[in-house]
Amino acid sequence: MTTIDTAGSTKDATATTGSKGTRMLGAVVAVGFVALAALALFITPPEATQRDAFRLIYIHVPSAIVSLYIAFSITLVGSIMYLWKKSVFWDLMAEASAEIGVIFLGLTLITGMLWGRPTWGTYWIWDPRLTSTAVSFVLYSGYLAVRRLDMDPTVRSKRAAILGIVSFANLIIVRYSVQWWDSLHQGQTFDVADTQMDGIMLFTFVFGVIVMNLFFGWLLIHRFRVAWLEHQIADVGLTEAIEARRREGVS
Amino acid sequence: MLRDAKLIAGKDLRIEMVSKVLTTQVIPFGLLVLILFGFAIDPDLQAVGRGVEGNSRAVLETVAPGLFWMAVLFSSLLAIGRSFAVESVDGNLDALRLAGLEPSGIFLGKAAAVLVQLTVLEVVLGLGALAIYGAPVGHPLLLGVTVVVGTVAIAAAGTLYAALAAGLRVRDTLVPLLLLPVLAPVLLGATIATGAALFGPASDGWPWCAALGAFAVLYVAAGILAFGSLLEDS
Amino acid sequence: MHWEFVIPGYIVAVVVLGTYVLATVKRGRRLSKQLPEGKRRFLDA
Repeated sequence: MTTIDTAGSTKDATATTGSKGTRMLGAVVAVGFVALAALALFITPPEATQRDAFRLIYIHVPSAIVSLYIAFSITLVGSIMYLWKKSVFWDLMAEASAEIGVIFLGLTLITGMLWGRPTWGTYWIWDPRLTSTAVSFVLYSGYLAVRRLDMDPTVRSKRAAILGIVSFANLIIVRYSVQWWDSLHQGQTFDVADTQMDGIMLFTFVFGVIVMNLFFGWLLIHRFRVAWLEHQIADVGLTEAIEARRREGVS
Repeated sequence: MLRDAKLIAGKDLRIEMVSKVLTTQVIPFGLLVLILFGFAIDPDLQAVGRGVEGNSRAVLETVAPGLFWMAVLFSSLLAIGRSFAVESVDGNLDALRLAGLEPSGIFLGKAAAVLVQLTVLEVVLGLGALAIYGAPVGHPLLLGVTVVVGTVAIAAAGTLYAALAAGLRVRDTLVPLLLLPVLAPVLLGATIATGAALFGPASDGWPWCAALGAFAVLYVAAGILAFGSLLEDS
Repeated sequence: MHWEFVIPGYIVAVVVLGTYVLATVKRGRRLSKQLPEGKRRFLDA
């Protein structure tokens, strides 16, 4: 469907992964981020003990929630659905979600370390959250590596799906085993959960979670569409190769 | 399924008897890793404080459990890679499937063969570690059970992940990347349980040993279920 | 205080997420051009 867009050309309204829906969502997210930055950096007061370092939590924790709880769960569901229904939609959804999850996880680690330095005194401590987050990062990087392998796409998708399911189980195992280990020592870590948030701080925190999740949704739509395009191009390439072979055979 | 497993395990072990890769390459590699740890960690460094009740103890001795399991993990990457390398000759895996062997049986057989090889490795490495790091063995039963259970976990998970990468040229770099994060909890649990078996109260170690057992059961089950899909059109 | 950690943190967030957004959207545009119009979207299939 061609439309005349503001640039004056008459072609290719869909020569992009954007659409009216994503543009509206994107605008909301953009405004949300500006508001979040204003709230997180200026409007909220410094926290009682952590002072201004706490402001990093407003992006650190939402990133963690988006990746660990949402993104990789979608990869799990997608993997299960693909193995069950052989649905390309779910396979591509799993892939897109995992990639975004890894990005957010990386961000979680970096902001976590920058928060940790003023709070604990070091960039790294071997506490359950940070440790299991780091392992999870490598775990799902492996998943992404498998998705990029040069092999038959159907076989690759099937193996990736199995990996997607097993990796989620591993995520949980790693989380719990490190937590258990940590609980055996005297709790010496200064945890995010220990901080009291109320009023404007709590609002900003919740607001941050919401904005991050909306942003995740926006990213997921785009990344899914990219995955779909790749799938289509591979399909088209395959069809053309078969056609070319057939033409050779006829002549 | 079990009959097929025995068949495959027997085949793999007989290949090992003939080629002697484990004894001539993997075990020396493991010993080398143990020794190199001694180069990396000054044997004269002393540890005091939590975990070292009473007088101080050499750092190398205190971390011996962890170093042992790290050496085992690295060596197991070789053993597991080898387990699938023997199949890539002339499309062996396809032939096994076509011969009507049950995939779950193939999984159990290959994992069992790896288990046997790793156990041999660990006896040698264990004696080596006790000798060079000089640790006492407080609770042999806990030590024995931990080693067995931990090895089952490594063999099962390793066989499963190696199958995922089977037949690929990048197998040797992909399998470590996939397997080691998965085995991180195994390393944690095995090290704590082994540490308790050597130094501390056994009661500290048994819960972790049980957790290792659960992990092992999980991965054997996962392998049995998933191996069929993994072998298809590989 | 601690602004020397907070500011880089926010900058890293903007850079990482922004780069990913740009890379993904650009990739989408490039790939879209390789296909005829009716074949670009999942919902059209």
